[in-house]
Amino acid sequence: MTTLRIDNLNVTFSTEAGPLHALKNVSFDVPENRIVGIVGESGCGKSTLINAILGLLADNGSVDGGSILFEGQDELTTLPPSRMRDLRGPRIATVFQDPMGALNPVISVGKQMLNIQYRSPLSKEEKLNRAVEMLELVRIPDARAALVRYPHQFSGGMKQRIAIAMALMMEPALLIADEPTTALDATLEVTTIELLKDLQQKIGCSVMFISHHLGVIAELCDDVVVMYAGEVVERGTVRQIFQDPRHPYTARLLECDPARQSERTRNLPTIPGEIPDLRARPTGCIFANRCDRVSDACSAPPPDKDIGGGHIARCFVADTPAETGVTA
Amino acid sequence: MLSYFIKRLGLAAAIVSVAMFLLFCMIYLIPGDPASVALGPRATEEMRAALREKMGLNQPVLVQFWNFYIGAWTGDLGDEVLSGRPVTTVVLEQLPYTLALIVGGITWSVALGIPLGCWAAVSRGSWADRVVGILSVAVIAVPSFVIAIYALLIFAVELRWLPAIGAGEPGNLGDQLTHLILPSLAVGLGWVGYIARMVRASMLEVLEASHIRTARAFGLPDRTITYRYALSIAILPTVTLLGVGIGQMLSSAVFAEIVFARPGVGKLVYDAILTRNFPIVTGTVLITTVLFVLLNLLADLIIGALDPRVRSSF
Amino acid sequence: MAELWRPIRKILREPLGALGLFLVLFVIFGAVFADLLTSWDPTKINPRDRFQGPSTQHLMGTDQLGRDLFARVLHGGRIALFVALVSTAVSLVIGIVLGLIAGYGPRWLDNLMILLFDAMKSFPTVMLALALVTLMGPSLTAVMVVVVLVTVPGYARIIRTQTIALKTSEYVTAAQSMGASSARILRVHILPNVIGPLVILASMDIPVVIGIEAGMSFLGLGVRPPTPSWGSILNDGFTNIRDTAWIAIAGGVPIIITTLGFTFLGETLRDVFDPRLKGR
Repeated sequence: MTTLRIDNLNVTFSTEAGPLHALKNVSFDVPENRIVGIVGESGCGKSTLINAILGLLADNGSVDGGSILFEGQDELTTLPPSRMRDLRGPRIATVFQDPMGALNPVISVGKQMLNIQYRSPLSKEEKLNRAVEMLELVRIPDARAALVRYPHQFSGGMKQRIAIAMALMMEPALLIADEPTTALDATLEVTTIELLKDLQQKIGCSVMFISHHLGVIAELCDDVVVMYAGEVVERGTVRQIFQDPRHPYTARLLECDPARQSERTRNLPTIPGEIPDLRARPTGCIFANRCDRVSDACSAPPPDKDIGGGHIARCFVADTPAETGVTA
Repeated sequence: MLSYFIKRLGLAAAIVSVAMFLLFCMIYLIPGDPASVALGPRATEEMRAALREKMGLNQPVLVQFWNFYIGAWTGDLGDEVLSGRPVTTVVLEQLPYTLALIVGGITWSVALGIPLGCWAAVSRGSWADRVVGILSVAVIAVPSFVIAIYALLIFAVELRWLPAIGAGEPGNLGDQLTHLILPSLAVGLGWVGYIARMVRASMLEVLEASHIRTARAFGLPDRTITYRYALSIAILPTVTLLGVGIGQMLSSAVFAEIVFARPGVGKLVYDAILTRNFPIVTGTVLITTVLFVLLNLLADLIIGALDPRVRSSF
Repeated sequence: MAELWRPIRKILREPLGALGLFLVLFVIFGAVFADLLTSWDPTKINPRDRFQGPSTQHLMGTDQLGRDLFARVLHGGRIALFVALVSTAVSLVIGIVLGLIAGYGPRWLDNLMILLFDAMKSFPTVMLALALVTLMGPSLTAVMVVVVLVTVPGYARIIRTQTIALKTSEYVTAAQSMGASSARILRVHILPNVIGPLVILASMDIPVVIGIEAGMSFLGLGVRPPTPSWGSILNDGFTNIRDTAWIAIAGGVPIIITTLGFTFLGETLRDVFDPRLKGR
């Protein structure tokens, strides 16, 4: 079964300067028990995608077309807000980027963990025990004492682990992790990633892992979705994307990853040009203005080409491997 | 927490000391002999000399200040001119009436201002938000004594719904509360506006915070998010505002006491001016100033109790 | 002319700002042209005509001494605006000087002045006014002294904060390194940068000042009778409230109109020209 199936999703924001097409024809699956990485530069629509799934789009944003099917039964785009709220937390949990601000500063950790179990029929004592159990699972020392402490009394890494404990406490079917390690330093990042992978296997949930850190994605994820300017330009398994990128954007992205740079290159390559204005999307390929393989064909909307084995790229020339310039 | 308290207490004591010094300067350095002011124009030269002697006005200025300063800290603010009773006793007799008025004003303005501010914040940009915004500005702008007189005119004189004069029969709580309604309406109305504005502004800021997004992502009910997660933080600046605002409310209370002929320190000091009962005036100014500083301190301590970050940073 | 017109147009675009500007101009017009708008002498007692309601002869009626209330209200407006403008200007000058000294001067002086400002602010306004009047006697000067004492600490603090922020900024450091004197740095580099927000804040204090004048005159601590002030008219209305409501209405409504007008105008000014100050 597929935990989350996003099909042809479109999201538009109405702005003073006209409608802004933030997500265009986004399709991908988050299969059961798998970790799907979403990768892309800032402004590629990752946050909009999360908010659309959670039903937390800003007032001026709306889903106009497409579907988000959760666990094969709940159509999230049309679900009434009260039903949506019932899913948030127990079924779809989220860990946000900023560990410093993710927890309420004036409510104790225990109280916050108690509050999010408000739907549970357990007694208060059982709920607290559950909280302690989760804190121990994320390796918070002296977990029972931690309940009466306040967020500012923990370090950034510990706060992020508490946030993960809170998210997984209700054993959700889907965990959305929005750059959960970006604000942490490298060592903490590695331990947090390992912890996340460990817990995912224990609880058996699917994870949607958003990051711009390709190394982390390669390490942690099973599948990868590459987003650019509100479109999914390529998706496939980690091996397919990293070994055999078919979309020129994916290829450039891999090239720009400092971790994959060979010693020879002194200058970090960047992709020339800028993301086009989303209020005036080109009719053809969204990446055409920055692409080194652009041709006349690209002024028409590119097809989602199936390369095989679930590997799909939205490009006319996806049949041939893209040049990465990196010796694998 | 203890060192925080001691630090704040020290600062409060310093502010009160400087205030005493300023008050002393005002009394003794501005032209006009307090003894002649106190006795009025018809007093004889002998009477003035006697009073000067009694008030210690013949001593060097620094000695006078020292006596005044030490006396004030030990609660001795001199005796009032007419009956010879200690000023401290006279003022403290009247203080409960004023405090009741201020507490009444704060209570209803907090009870109305906080929900209005929250409502405006969660329905930002709507007509409700705009109406609350304009009304807040309007009630802040209009001086409280104008509100007091019009409240008197409408509810006591024209409609005769509520009593116009006094603080009510002693011992009869219901009667006293009825007498409190109009004065505390006048004292608190502007504060409804202040509090609503303050709460709205800080709510809007807090609602943007990422922990609120986290709370939403956990599916917490909107009511819990607004009133427990956001308001518990947004309330903090309002507490500070209230601490600072007590002084202003004391000013409104003076007017309310005069308009509604209520006993209280405002009425006391006003009558003292009319009867040239000078020690009462300085005594009241000093006691209300100390009260103001103490309430500020209280506000800081409440913040410390409400905000764990403040609590552990000292 | 176009330079002046642009900010006014910005204010007029906001409904509240337009209303505020209209009310303020209305009040100023009444005060300036008081003598043309009515032929009555505001202090002329006419006991036979006392306690009259509004009529074509007496537009707002008469008070307990038979004086024409319309004339008294117009002349009261002169007092209110005079006090507001003069004392605010004086406060601004003193506040700027003290704030610059505190912000630019040595650390100990700064600390001392801050303590002084805090102590000043800790006197409740009315108590300060009452104490001062006991010594000085009731007069318009006493009112203005109270206003100055009440508003100066606030202005000085703002100037101080901004001066401290600017003191360490790059262009002031550059000027210092080029040998500019402290006085020149204050005058050329710091003053022009701190004065804008201050003037906006001062304009928002005008209703407070008008409230203080009216309040003190209401208590008999401001202008001496028979000089008309909105506060003293309101006091006449209060004393005779059981006989007629017209005097209280004549005294209070101008106060409401003026404070609302200046507040709406000040709020709009702030929102349009310095949104950073919002919530101050």
